[in-house]
Amino acid sequence: MNSNRFTNGALGVLAWGVALLIFFPILWLLLTSFKTEQQAFTVVPNFFFSPTLESFKMALAQGSGYWHYAWNSALTAVASTVIGLALAVPAAYAMAFYPNKRTDFLLVWMVSTKFIPAVGVLIPIYLVYSAVGLLDNALGLTLLFTAMNLPIIVWMVYSYFRDIPKDIVEAADIDGASIMQTLFKVVLPLALPGLASTGLLALILAWNESFWSITMTDHRAATLAVYIASFKSAEGLFWAKMSAASVLAIAPIIVLGWFTQRQMVRGLTFGAVK
Amino acid sequence: MKAISRTASTTAPSAEVTGARSFARTTRLLMAPAVIFLLIWMLVPLAMTIYYSFQQYNLIMPMYNGFAGLGNFAILLSDPTFWKSLANTLIIVAASLLITVCLGLALALLFNRTFVGRGVARTLAVAPFFVMPVVTGLIWKNMLFHPVYGLFAWVARQLGLEPVDWLAHYPMLSVIIMITWEWTPFALLVLLTGLQSLPEDQIEAAKLDGASAWQEFRHIVIPHLGQVLYVVVMLESIFFLTSFAEIYTTTSGGPGTATTNLPYYIFQTVFQQNDIGIASAAAIGAVILANIFAIMLIRFIAGNLNAGAAR
Repeated sequence: MNSNRFTNGALGVLAWGVALLIFFPILWLLLTSFKTEQQAFTVVPNFFFSPTLESFKMALAQGSGYWHYAWNSALTAVASTVIGLALAVPAAYAMAFYPNKRTDFLLVWMVSTKFIPAVGVLIPIYLVYSAVGLLDNALGLTLLFTAMNLPIIVWMVYSYFRDIPKDIVEAADIDGASIMQTLFKVVLPLALPGLASTGLLALILAWNESFWSITMTDHRAATLAVYIASFKSAEGLFWAKMSAASVLAIAPIIVLGWFTQRQMVRGLTFGAVK
Repeated sequence: MKAISRTASTTAPSAEVTGARSFARTTRLLMAPAVIFLLIWMLVPLAMTIYYSFQQYNLIMPMYNGFAGLGNFAILLSDPTFWKSLANTLIIVAASLLITVCLGLALALLFNRTFVGRGVARTLAVAPFFVMPVVTGLIWKNMLFHPVYGLFAWVARQLGLEPVDWLAHYPMLSVIIMITWEWTPFALLVLLTGLQSLPEDQIEAAKLDGASAWQEFRHIVIPHLGQVLYVVVMLESIFFLTSFAEIYTTTSGGPGTATTNLPYYIFQTVFQQNDIGIASAAAIGAVILANIFAIMLIRFIAGNLNAGAAR
């Protein structure tokens, strides 16, 4: 028994060790963001230093443009999530409560569009966008994020609707409620927590997106991903500022992510793992 | 079975034919926006990519534009960079899969045990998955891999070793390390969710029958996780096939073409060579590659759907 307890203790220590090792790069980024540029860029790393908010001030200063990119990130993430939900809720509602013989096919088809690689549609979208003036445009980027997340949103909303007991919807139908009345008065209030976590997942995925932002925007509609990627050639000059900007960009998502781990699994695996 | 009875009972109140017909029209109207949106943003562009792949189409040399037949594919197949990018893509997928799944499984088993502060430790371990890939690239490139100012160089010097210029000398390994750091937490998260749905009594029964830890793992845990592992492998394959941000922010596909994968090759062909035709032909290649995994995965999801309906 004693050796068993020892093994358990050792495995607990090992788990903590691994967890800290995995988390270390993020911790290091966080530490660097509280350094001055001189402290950040040294041959012998500074583990102990007096923390300063200087780099955050630099990153958020008027000329840095941080707020411009943060605004674009927030706008495109929120707008794409709202549009995505607006498109997905009616579709998922019809498929969950009024299915016909084509429903399964439609649902699987929608999910399958998620597996078309972005490069497969990049070229025509780029050409059409440049022709109609949607290049480097917040609306253009928002619609791409919507298309990217719509399969996941439809799937998740559908799976939450399926959790609602059918009797409730049938009772409303028998009472003479129209389809839309049933949706707004009965189904939506019951599915609200599910809709909220679906929205959160879509927000996270849109906020972190980089391929479309990098290819489709330049400055006007550029998001934080594009701004932070622009530091890639800033060899050593702005490490502390880059770290501060990165911390501000990832901190809210990591916190949201921790709260939505389960929904993340459910959504990204399309219900195969619950 | 349930699906059929559900349809029957919901349509029963509006038994008249006209009622049923307006019902069907309403549900079609409800589904139309989402379907049309996906058609316009995914399927129409995909069809256009196929069309462009048969066209000679260069943005800066429009005078030669026209039907090319299989010309683009012939050029592509004789381009060593294309083959190199295809090989790189497959290396990234295979290596990252192997590492993330094995490591994720080991970690899931480790974190499925009870120990002090498990919740916090698990939360720290899954954090990399929520980090923007662009930030991942910059953290590793600047603060860890840098041959002079990076942390790894410092550690090497402390150990009396020569610091390594990771991105210059081991570019592919570096890319795989970054992708692995981001995606092992995903494998961990999904596999842990799978483990937690393992019925306690099965483990108890095995223990009572005197099963060793390995037998328990081999005969109870692995079969139970089979489906979950399958989904992780398929999903990660599709995501790894499209890796971009980690490469864009660190190696830019180099040195030379050492880390140019298919998405990066297409990116360069469009935005640096402005060659729409060749890039489209390569994009078709990428779609076919993704489809190999996607078809299997979609079949699995569809199967699950019917199982869910039968419940």
